[in-house]
Amino acid sequence: MESSVQTLAPEQSSRLLASGLGWRRRSVNTVMMVLIAAAFVLAMIPLFSLVFEIAKRGIPGLSAEFFTEDARGAIGGAGGASHAIMGTLIITAVATVISVPIGIMAAIYLNEYGTGRLRRALTFFVDVMTGIPSIVAGLFAYALFEIFLGPGIRLGVMGSVALSLLMIPIVIRSAEEVLKIVPDHLREAAYALGTPKWKTITKIVLPTAFAGLVTGVMIAIARIVGETAPLLVTTGVVDSMNTDPFNGRMQNLAVYAYNEYRSPGVMKQASYDKAWAAALTLIAIVMILNIAARLVYRRYKTEIR
Amino acid sequence: MLGAATKRNADALEDRKGRMNESRPTTATSTEPAAVSGRRAKTIETQGVSLFYGDFHAVEEVTMTIEPNKVTALIGSSGCGKTTFLRSLNRMHELTPGARVQGEVTLDGEDIYDARVDPVAVRRLIGMVFQQPNPFPTMSIYDNVAAGLTLNAKRISKAQKDGVVERSLRGAHLWDEVKDRLDKPGGGLSGGQQQRLCIARAIAVEPEVLLMDEPCSALDPVATLAVEDLIGELKSRYTIVIVTHNMQQAARASDATAFFNLDASGKPGHLVEMGPTEEIFTNPNEKETEDYVSGRFG
Repeated sequence: MESSVQTLAPEQSSRLLASGLGWRRRSVNTVMMVLIAAAFVLAMIPLFSLVFEIAKRGIPGLSAEFFTEDARGAIGGAGGASHAIMGTLIITAVATVISVPIGIMAAIYLNEYGTGRLRRALTFFVDVMTGIPSIVAGLFAYALFEIFLGPGIRLGVMGSVALSLLMIPIVIRSAEEVLKIVPDHLREAAYALGTPKWKTITKIVLPTAFAGLVTGVMIAIARIVGETAPLLVTTGVVDSMNTDPFNGRMQNLAVYAYNEYRSPGVMKQASYDKAWAAALTLIAIVMILNIAARLVYRRYKTEIR
Repeated sequence: MLGAATKRNADALEDRKGRMNESRPTTATSTEPAAVSGRRAKTIETQGVSLFYGDFHAVEEVTMTIEPNKVTALIGSSGCGKTTFLRSLNRMHELTPGARVQGEVTLDGEDIYDARVDPVAVRRLIGMVFQQPNPFPTMSIYDNVAAGLTLNAKRISKAQKDGVVERSLRGAHLWDEVKDRLDKPGGGLSGGQQQRLCIARAIAVEPEVLLMDEPCSALDPVATLAVEDLIGELKSRYTIVIVTHNMQQAARASDATAFFNLDASGKPGHLVEMGPTEEIFTNPNEKETEDYVSGRFG
């Protein structure tokens, strides 16, 4: 059967073809695309150059010694940063343990229970807290512990308290956003079954939001893992391994890098190398956390229809 | 055009008669579960119920009786307060911030809005199925059906839970389709299956009354028919109230019909007339009702 669709005869074509993309619009299209791509490349350049530089300068400082030995009694180019690595991990872990319950419970309050003025006031203050300079958080933690434990006190847990002041607002804001995304009809389904509100939250809302909550926590951790200023005034500088956050100074990677750079030993280059290696390790830690967060998200995310 | 609407209703009424004749031989077996569970479906009565959202008067002075073991349909055009009224029957209306209820709603004589009554207890006796199927996405099919029990902290053994899940899924006509994949997530089913899953979840807690808010409006015609058949069977064990936009569905599936209407936008919705379905559709008392069911408006 002959097709009933006719191709455009030349004299019929003018309307359709004239109102389409002429050469001028096409070239504007192309120019914009090139500009946008160029902007993207421009934004990526500092990132890649940063990673490249740190890798280039940090790799010479890496060694088995770097990861397994601390700096106690080390002179010349000897010694490693195992105490700093351990310190970062411990201080960050304790800060997470403090911040996550407080942050998530506050987000639950703000999203599920809060009403009116109290909620608006709390949201405002949380937003203000996200802007606290990190040195202020450090000084606050120091002042707090000084009241109870005397001047000059330096403890790993003080660093964790300072960091959690920085972490909590981030956890609250991202948890609040994630809880908001959980659709109301799921809560209604639970209420209609005769479920009390708190149980709806713990058994339905939180599991549904789980993947997003983990991502939010990971973001908060990445924010604080490299903080130097608050840790300088709270955890101090020390050369030996200390795994007890409640007893004595604790070294960490950020302060270690700062210290190696500022007061290098006799062999300057070795100290500088170690500083760069510490920076590289910090970046590696953040990357590992990020990858772990993505894996958790993919594994546990719930498709909400 | 008017003739067509009236004819559709007449056909629907015929369908209903046919279905009721069909189901008579099975009435004997379908009352068995009610006897076994030992519970009688209860009557809901409302007296002068007015519903507000803040200052906005949404529904005005509804007084009606919902008969036990019958399907009552609430019909009316959009925005006339049917869903708002339905939600006030199991104390879901008050979950909206600013929402208020005036008047009395009783379940077999007990006032459900009494200050000493916990709304959670009311909702365990009066269950609800929503327009959009909403199975819990983090749970498997099995866990979804059992959710009513596990979320209410009822300590029951695994064997008992298995029994409840199977009974509810059979009751919702979903057992054969999902019995091999009970541990798969609840979201992986078709729309009609999800809605039947939500019905199974609602009946697993053995309520006395089932409220259904446009349960078929998100479903295709085949699934709609399946759910309507299911409703017809469930009424032997529960009192059912369904809100529907679809007049023919009301004519097909319900025993009594209540017609709600709005005088004008911004005015509260009110109950115009309520009566046995056959009467409302063939010989209503109010002109408004007749206009609506014959398709002159709405």
